Order: sequence, then structure tokens, then C-alpha cells
Amino acid sequence: MTRIELTVNGEKRSDDVEPRLLLVHYVREILGLRAANVGCDTTSCGACTVLLDGQSVKSCTVLAVQADGQEVVTAEGLALDGELHPVQAAFRREHGLQCGFCTPGMVMATVGLLAENPHPTEEQVRAGLEGNLCRCTGYHNIIRAVLAAAETQAQAGPADEEVSA
Amino acid sequence: MIPAPFEYIAAESPEHALQLLAEHGDDAKVLAGGHSLLPMMKLRLAMPELLIDIGRLAALAGVIADGDELVIGATTRHADLAASELVRTDAPLLAYAAAQVGDPQIRHRGTLGGSLSHADPAADLPMALVALGGSMQLQGQDSTRLVSADDFFQGYFETALQPDELLTAVRVPRRPGVPWGYQKFVRRSNDWAIVGAAAVADRIALASMGPTPMRAQAAEEALAAGASPAEAAALAAEGTSPGEDMHADREYRQHLARVLTRRALEHQAA
Repeated sequence: MTRIELTVNGEKRSDDVEPRLLLVHYVREILGLRAANVGCDTTSCGACTVLLDGQSVKSCTVLAVQADGQEVVTAEGLALDGELHPVQAAFRREHGLQCGFCTPGMVMATVGLLAENPHPTEEQVRAGLEGNLCRCTGYHNIIRAVLAAAETQAQAGPADEEVSA
Repeated sequence: MIPAPFEYIAAESPEHALQLLAEHGDDAKVLAGGHSLLPMMKLRLAMPELLIDIGRLAALAGVIADGDELVIGATTRHADLAASELVRTDAPLLAYAAAQVGDPQIRHRGTLGGSLSHADPAADLPMALVALGGSMQLQGQDSTRLVSADDFFQGYFETALQPDELLTAVRVPRRPGVPWGYQKFVRRSNDWAIVGAAAVADRIALASMGPTPMRAQAAEEALAAGASPAEAAALAAEGTSPGEDMHADREYRQHLARVLTRRALEHQAA
């Protein structure tokens, strides 16, 4: 067992883990945070996307021990005081989902994308989400939701952007 | 899928990693971003007894200019390589190739050194290093050696790296303004190349045309003798014997090599 100390959704954690434990299993099984899904389990589908030190990563291909000393954010950590994060709100408003399985990953990839590029073009959104597969929607409403979220964040101003990034 | 059990040590320095490698040799594997190694371990195609994590060693990341070469730390992540102003100016093909690897999440984690030591002949960065005429800095406990990209890739997933050596940095010539072209044929957006072609001036590298990324030697010689890009590209598949799989047979790959080489040469951007 290896001791890891990290921050998950703003909360400091200290856990003894097997080195082979994947980050996605750490958040799901040890912490009970079930938003990140195990989809393909081969770094393709993006359903397990979380933020690691602010950057989107596929948590099925990261060991929990690699996250030692870092900050992890899952979809559960986005809403503040019961208020949906602008990206979550936009996915809901624009109906950017159908079955919902890919949605936590899509939302986390979007939060990461908008932190790097707050004003993406439609083409940049499509390229920015190339690591996330959706088998239901055909992507159109998802792209619409991301563009709407970018607009909301721009209107909310830089102070809000900092919180959401 | 769960990897077989292993011991894990986060190296405190490159020297510490080298010392661990000397002690454990073939039983140990070096972990950086883990985006080639962990998928292999999850499939149990790799079952190292020890992982030596160099992923958070700041000394091994970043890009600096050293005379007429760029020196790029082995744990520099693809996203940082693609965004580096220095790389975009002095070795634009490398920045472009880094931006073609996988998808954004993969580029946040995967490292240059990891991709090169994994040595997948279909991957972007090994082909880019061959086209650029770069070299790998291999550090042992007592000495460091430089191995050219042409010599580094020795076989299918095989490199010149010895079990007690660490790939610490990659050197590429600084050639701002030199024309280059990059072509990658895929069926899905974040896939490996079915065939790839990369050209920097008159140097041409091919991906997925054999067990290693390779030079298109006949085409290069034709260019040097004054042939047009189209005439040279017609020779791009000379001497190759690419593998066959469900994506492409041998003839189709050779056809692609000729077409992609022509595009890489004709679309060379400065």
C-alpha cells in the first residue's frame, strides 16, 4: 500500500491505496463519487474524464498514486451551493444529453476546454471534445451546450470564470 | 481491467531513477504519463514488478534552446510541446505532430519520452523525430550517450534504450522557416496512422510502413537529384514491406505512402 494525499473536490484526502488502483476506481469505489463512469476502459471514450490540477484527463488511464499531491475535480465538485455550474446548466438547457452515460465526462472535458480557451469556435469545440464519445445525441446539442456555456461564462465576467475554471 | 500487482516508487531525481533501474533492471519500468504503459499493463501485455515514476520530476520537463538545437525534456507533455512558442518557431513540425496525438485528455498526460520509448511505428512523435533528424539523450549511471532517431528505433516496439538507461531529453535541430509537411491517414479522429508521412525540407519519414518509423530513402535521393515532389513521391514506397491488418493490406499501404508523401512535399508550409 502507498499513502497518497490529494484534494478531491476541495476536500483534503489521505488514503492508503494499492499502487495498481486506477484513479477512476479510487474516486468511485473508495470515495463513492460515481459521476465518472468506466466506459471503454481503454482511454478512448472519455466517460471517466476528471480534472487533474485543472486539466482534463481520462481517469481510467491514471493511477491514483500518480495523483498524489494534486487536485482532482469530478462532476460532483462543480455545483456551488446547490447552483449548477454554468457548463452543467448549459447541458441541461440545451438538452446536451440523452442517456446521460457520457455526460459527466463531456461536462468535465468542457470545463477543461473552456479553462484553456474561453471563447472557442464551433470547430474548436468539436476538436476539443474529440476524446469524448456519445452514442446517442449525434453531438449537435452537446456542441450547442458548450458554445452556450462559453457565452454564459463570458457574460458572468472574469471573477466567475476563475471560480468555474 | 486491472493491472497485475506491482511495487511503486516515485523517483526523487533522475539519479534516483537511474539507481533504481540499476538495481532492478528488466523487472522495472519507467512511468511518466503512463499513456502507453498503463494500457499495456491493463491488458497484462506488460507486467513489471516495479514502476519508477518520473512523471513529476521538474528537471526532466520543458524546452530550452542550446545553440542550434532545441533540448526538450523527456517528460514534456504533448500539450505543452504543442503550445511551446520555441518549438512552434524552431521545429514547427514537432509542435504540429504533438497536437495530432490522441485527443486533448491524452495530450495532457502523455509525454514525448514516453511515446518515443514505446516506439509504436504508427505513432506521430517517432515519425516526427525521424523527419526532423533529432536525437535521444540516453543517460546511464556513469555516462550519457546521444543516439540519432534513425538508430534509436530498432524494431517493432524496440529501441536502443538499455534496461539501465533513462531517456532524459530529446534534441532537435532548430530550423525556423524551413518548409515542412505532415500527413496522417486515419479512419477515426483520434486514431493511430494507417500510414503517415512527414517531411522537413528534403528529409522524409514514414509511419506504419514497417516495424519502425523509417526514411523514404529512394524519394529523398530523387529529390536530391532534382526530381519534382510528385516524381520523388512516386518512389516513397520503394523497399518497404509494410504489415497487413484489418485496416490495410500491403499494396494499399504502399499506395498511401506515395500519396501522402506527395502531399507532405507539395503542402510544405514554412
